[in-house]
Amino acid sequence: MKPLHRLRGMMNRRRALDVPPVTAGHLDVSHGPILYIEGVSVSFDGFKALNKLTLYIDDGELRCIIGPNGAGKTTMMDVITGKTRPDKGTVYFGQTLDLTQMSETAIAAAGIGRKFQKPTVFPYHSVFENLELAMQADKRVWSTLFAELSGEQRDRIDEVMTIVGLQALSRGRAALLSHGQKQWLEIGMLLMQNPRLLLVDEPVAGMTHQEMDRTAELLVSLAGKHSVVVVEHDMEFVRSIARKVTVLHEGSVLAEGSMDDVQNDPRVIDVYLGA
Amino acid sequence: MSRTSLITQMLTNDRGGRVFLAVLAAVIVAVPVLNLAVPESSALHVSTYTVTLLGKYLCYALLAIALDLVWGYCGILSLGHAAFFALGGYAMGMYLMRRIGDRGVYGNLDLPDFMVFLNWQELPWYWHGFDSFLFAMLMVVLVPGLLAFVFGWLAFRSRVTGVYLSIITQALTFALMLAFFRNEMGFGGNNGLTDFKDILGFDLQSDTTRLGLFVITGAMLALAYLLSRYIVSSKLGRVVVAIRDAEDRARFIGYRVELYKLWVFVFAAVLAGIAGALYVPQVGIINPGEFSPLNSIELVVWVAVGGRGTLYGAVIGAVLVNYAKTFFTGALPEVWLFALGGLFVVVTVLLPRGIIGLAGQIKTHRQAKAGKQSGALT
Repeated sequence: MKPLHRLRGMMNRRRALDVPPVTAGHLDVSHGPILYIEGVSVSFDGFKALNKLTLYIDDGELRCIIGPNGAGKTTMMDVITGKTRPDKGTVYFGQTLDLTQMSETAIAAAGIGRKFQKPTVFPYHSVFENLELAMQADKRVWSTLFAELSGEQRDRIDEVMTIVGLQALSRGRAALLSHGQKQWLEIGMLLMQNPRLLLVDEPVAGMTHQEMDRTAELLVSLAGKHSVVVVEHDMEFVRSIARKVTVLHEGSVLAEGSMDDVQNDPRVIDVYLGA
Repeated sequence: MSRTSLITQMLTNDRGGRVFLAVLAAVIVAVPVLNLAVPESSALHVSTYTVTLLGKYLCYALLAIALDLVWGYCGILSLGHAAFFALGGYAMGMYLMRRIGDRGVYGNLDLPDFMVFLNWQELPWYWHGFDSFLFAMLMVVLVPGLLAFVFGWLAFRSRVTGVYLSIITQALTFALMLAFFRNEMGFGGNNGLTDFKDILGFDLQSDTTRLGLFVITGAMLALAYLLSRYIVSSKLGRVVVAIRDAEDRARFIGYRVELYKLWVFVFAAVLAGIAGALYVPQVGIINPGEFSPLNSIELVVWVAVGGRGTLYGAVIGAVLVNYAKTFFTGALPEVWLFALGGLFVVVTVLLPRGIIGLAGQIKTHRQAKAGKQSGALT
């Protein structure tokens, strides 16, 4: 029976293209960490973007990752989301899910959401509609044609709007939002998909001070319920939110600890903070 | 939720649509009355010629709605959409040819005149079934729909977008035009299909049949508008606009973009086919000229002039531009193409959102002025 099953799986286009979505129930975080990156190496034309990187993220943790340009921060995000495959090493989401074997969509469905540096929202749609579109739902064409929002879904959208502080702009077009508001809306769109792990790439680039403070509050409030990994250049911002900081250098972890520990580490001062 | 309340709910947020449907209803009622009840000597009399002309405009309006769905909402600039219109027209034309029976010039009961002329001995297989009105109507929907499905499946799955897609749609209609020009194809070649006598037994030359066709066209236009409005105000409509504005983002969220595009493209092709089928009995001829790439481009101009992404804007554009065309080709035939080109330039440069957008521009301008005068800051 088994080979027949496998054959059927291969014939089924949807399955052949993306691994069937894994429900949150499959995610096993019983040992503490939600993400295990172990001995991961990636090289592009001889350049080692990641060099035996080993890193663990705990469930519900807010972690900041810093490092000079070319330290491998973006490559690390790409490996986690399945955009880049590692040459060596393992990446596990919880105890059971091997991310190196899953497609990008399957990883997203399993509960890893990524916010890119440049915000892309749907400009013509209102804040509410942007969140509605991002909602976890049946996304096939015919069911979308007849889809109606249930009270529960409406509540969820309202809840997320409150979390990201855009409640008052619910009906406003996303095109009219400020840069910071667009970033928050995009975080809201990620939240609509109920991710367990949020990867946030340079969230405060181009933001005003007030917006930065607001973003710090938002990210801190998300931790606990979600695990949040923030890659950021802005030291002041990192200091304001970080409990634990990881410094990457030349594709591997240079130091890890609280912001103060890290800043006083002579190796870190040498490569990054000093100069 | 009952169906009527659904329609009212849809229309409460659509003022332009309400106005359009009210005007359309008034025209559908008034034109037959003015044609039948008012004596010809009166200034208010609407001649049968005008009825047919208006019917033609309504067919074009239906076609324009179809293009607005794919272009205005989904961002697919189809430069070959008139091909689906022509295919629907040919399906209807084939039925009307079969209705002629032995009343043709050669009096041949089994074969249309052009086949007798070409010395064909029997009816080609693909003409079978067109004696039946129901079968022909099925083909009006199926043939354009199927072609759009196959074409769209190949194009959207390979992620052909933007100007490349526009060019291949243009190539599609051009290829069809060349094919239909050939006598061997069995669709009347250069002359196309014409000399129709009756539809379902109603004489096509009689005033009442023409009025009937006009009313049916108007009703179809209203129905198509409501259906399209339902689609664009559903969640599917919002997904489609999201695809237009940020395709990668929509894909990233988990929508199978190519399937959504395909769905809208096929639906719009079916609408275009219906428009073509209503057009042919009113104008009395269908020939390969309808596949001409120029027709599809003119169609794009109608929608651009009226205003993309509103549905009723497309209707206004279709009627206005075609009225201008009727006027110019009668009064100053050599000027028409220049006028059309000029119109397109003016609309592109000055009115990116068409006539409908102009109304909005004036409104915001006034509001800004009023706001300034009262010294209010918003």
